[in-house]
Amino acid sequence: MHLPHSHSRAGRSIRAAMRARTRRLYTFAIAAVLLLAAAGLAFVALRQNADLFYTPRVLAEKGLPKAGREVKVGGWVEPGSLTYSDDGATMVFTVIDNSDSNIRVAFTGIAPDLFREGQGVVAIGEFQPDGSFVARQILAKHDENYQPRELRPEAAGG
Amino acid sequence: MIEAGHFMAFLALGASLAQMVFGLKGDRRWAGMAAIAGFGVMALSFLTLVHAFAVSDFSVLLVAQNSHTLKPMLYKVAGTWGNHEGSMALWALVTLGFGAAAAALMKTGRETFEARALGVQGLLAAGAMAYLLFASSPYLRLDPAPFQGAGLNPLLQDPALSFHPPMLYLGYVGYSFVFALAAAGMMEGRIDRVWAKEARRWSLAAFVPLTFGIALGSYWAYYELGWGGWWFWDPVENASLMPWLIGAALLHSVIVTEKRENFAAWTALLAVVAFLFSIMGAFLVRSGVLTSVHAFAVDPKRGTILLFGLMAYGILALGLFAWRGPGLKGAKPWLMVSREGALMANNVVLVVAALTVLLGTLFPLMAEATGRTMSVGEPYFRLTFVPILALLLVLLPVAQNWAWGKADVKQWTRWAIAGGVLVAVFAVLGVGVWKISLGAALGIALGVWLIGGALWELKRRAVTLKRVFSVSPRVWGMTLAHIGIGLFIIGAVVETTARYETTVALAEGASGKAAGWTLTLDDVGSIEGPNWYADKAVLTAVKGGTKTVLEPMKRYYPAARMPTTETAIFKTGTGDLYAALGEQRVVDGQTRWVFRVYFNPLIDLVYAGVLLIGLGGFLSLVKVKR
Repeated sequence: MHLPHSHSRAGRSIRAAMRARTRRLYTFAIAAVLLLAAAGLAFVALRQNADLFYTPRVLAEKGLPKAGREVKVGGWVEPGSLTYSDDGATMVFTVIDNSDSNIRVAFTGIAPDLFREGQGVVAIGEFQPDGSFVARQILAKHDENYQPRELRPEAAGG
Repeated sequence: MIEAGHFMAFLALGASLAQMVFGLKGDRRWAGMAAIAGFGVMALSFLTLVHAFAVSDFSVLLVAQNSHTLKPMLYKVAGTWGNHEGSMALWALVTLGFGAAAAALMKTGRETFEARALGVQGLLAAGAMAYLLFASSPYLRLDPAPFQGAGLNPLLQDPALSFHPPMLYLGYVGYSFVFALAAAGMMEGRIDRVWAKEARRWSLAAFVPLTFGIALGSYWAYYELGWGGWWFWDPVENASLMPWLIGAALLHSVIVTEKRENFAAWTALLAVVAFLFSIMGAFLVRSGVLTSVHAFAVDPKRGTILLFGLMAYGILALGLFAWRGPGLKGAKPWLMVSREGALMANNVVLVVAALTVLLGTLFPLMAEATGRTMSVGEPYFRLTFVPILALLLVLLPVAQNWAWGKADVKQWTRWAIAGGVLVAVFAVLGVGVWKISLGAALGIALGVWLIGGALWELKRRAVTLKRVFSVSPRVWGMTLAHIGIGLFIIGAVVETTARYETTVALAEGASGKAAGWTLTLDDVGSIEGPNWYADKAVLTAVKGGTKTVLEPMKRYYPAARMPTTETAIFKTGTGDLYAALGEQRVVDGQTRWVFRVYFNPLIDLVYAGVLLIGLGGFLSLVKVKR
């Protein structure tokens, strides 16, 4: 019995086949590692993205979320509550619902076109330790003919 | 007029069915003639629609719903495809157009193969035509005709957005013919060098307009929405990014098939998947499952039909792949450390990146179905998409000179040293001098690494510096595209990490500070356009010896009862000074106007990079006569 060695044709084809097999193994291993890494990253990233929605009532019942957690706050803009600070650059208003509590919201920027006192509003941002809310983005109901452009996710990011 | 167009659309449906039957039977000549005839009649039919829009014929339902006599002519014409039915007519027209172009240009010397490719394209065209005629007809009359139309969504009244949909559709639909080629190749069981040459050409023909289309859309979002950013990870944007990523993977994989006849099955699979992602993009945008400025007429029934079409094409193609794919074997042996290995890594990374985008786009929809709300935005993509792609780009300059089959990697120490030095230099410069984060500094280093690597590779291919202009356009195309990625990364990293934004509220005559500029509000006046009126602010911006006037506007379109933002941009050379006008505020008894002011450093590199990628793709299409 004669073992194929590297010069013989059979030896070469066996080696080529083995090479193909290890290559496939490598390919799958790399693809699997990448996919797992991507899945892990995606899992971590998605966990941070679950929306927490606070109305004044929810805030009163559940208390403040973890510091630095981005959440949404929703309700109506209390009529007569809108004031400005920072020489007019920041708008401060009170969000109410049909409970006894309320949330003070501060937002620096341009208000959406249909932002009005007495109207519904959703603010995205973070609660401060004192219970007030600093919004990164404000959404308001838009003309009913069109989709509100303010409802694009991450409108202020990017 | 419109009835004639309607009739011609039926003729086009007939022609594409004939193209399908002749093609699948293997009759190249008649399939080609049917393709050209179908495109001809559909082009005429589309022109009747354009005409109805141009003359504001409100007896046509679509025109009444989407146009207005006061609109400027460009937007009347562009309004043809600025709505669901019209855009589907454009989709069908482009599908037929690619069939006709293929019938005229394809020269592989394989009659049956070409016939079958045209046949599959005929099937796709017939599908698009049937959807157009029976589920979203733009040819309907309205009786009695109203005196005035409802107007176009004012956000779309913009030059960049007039050409964005046609460009994007050339890209999306371009992949239909790549799909057809893959299906025909699999039917024949021959995915080889000849097939790959043809497939590569059509992949580029789709990739180039898709790239430009995405760039136009992004530029529009940048200056029209007034949010200062150029990419918002909006589901609709993602819908165009996914086929682009798959298309980029395909462009690299098809090279392996062309040069080495390897990766045959994988290339065919990517060719199929690129088109499926394109239809999925259309489904996501058109079905109204997404909340977005692009989702015009929301109709769940149409979404369902598109979804079924997507599934039917998917089952057809993947079934074909399951049947024929295993028979497609690579021709030449190769080791992991080789050009094949490098391009395989490229493909795995691009596909995984596309999958993370898919997950981020669909997850909120799935969460909504289970009754929870979830918004997936920039943080998600920054954590998944960005590092995955960065991994690929770090390896690109090193691996692109690897030889086919088995690469000699003796030079790896040099690359490691060059890379190490680059990282060290930029880390010191970035953190110490520019005061930016280490991540941003490494991002810039990556961009420089890519540009340097691309130039190095060009020099290596040309052997001597004198000969760089005599290398093939294809090598130049690759070089430009890779330089483009480098420029894009530098621009994107600098713009996102060093963007400055602030809000100021100014009374007329008052001044404020923003981004080192002193802004003086000279005046706010009212002006009127053809179908809008506006508040226009005149802001004088001064910084050192530079002085400019910014005139941001807030327009109101009465026909649509909707305001839009018209930003003012001043290009300083190192970035854009960008201002958007907000509402009036009464502060301490004084009327003030609120402005959002941005300084977007190096934003032009973002667009220059993407344009170079498109230009590189275009150069790669150029055929050299020997």
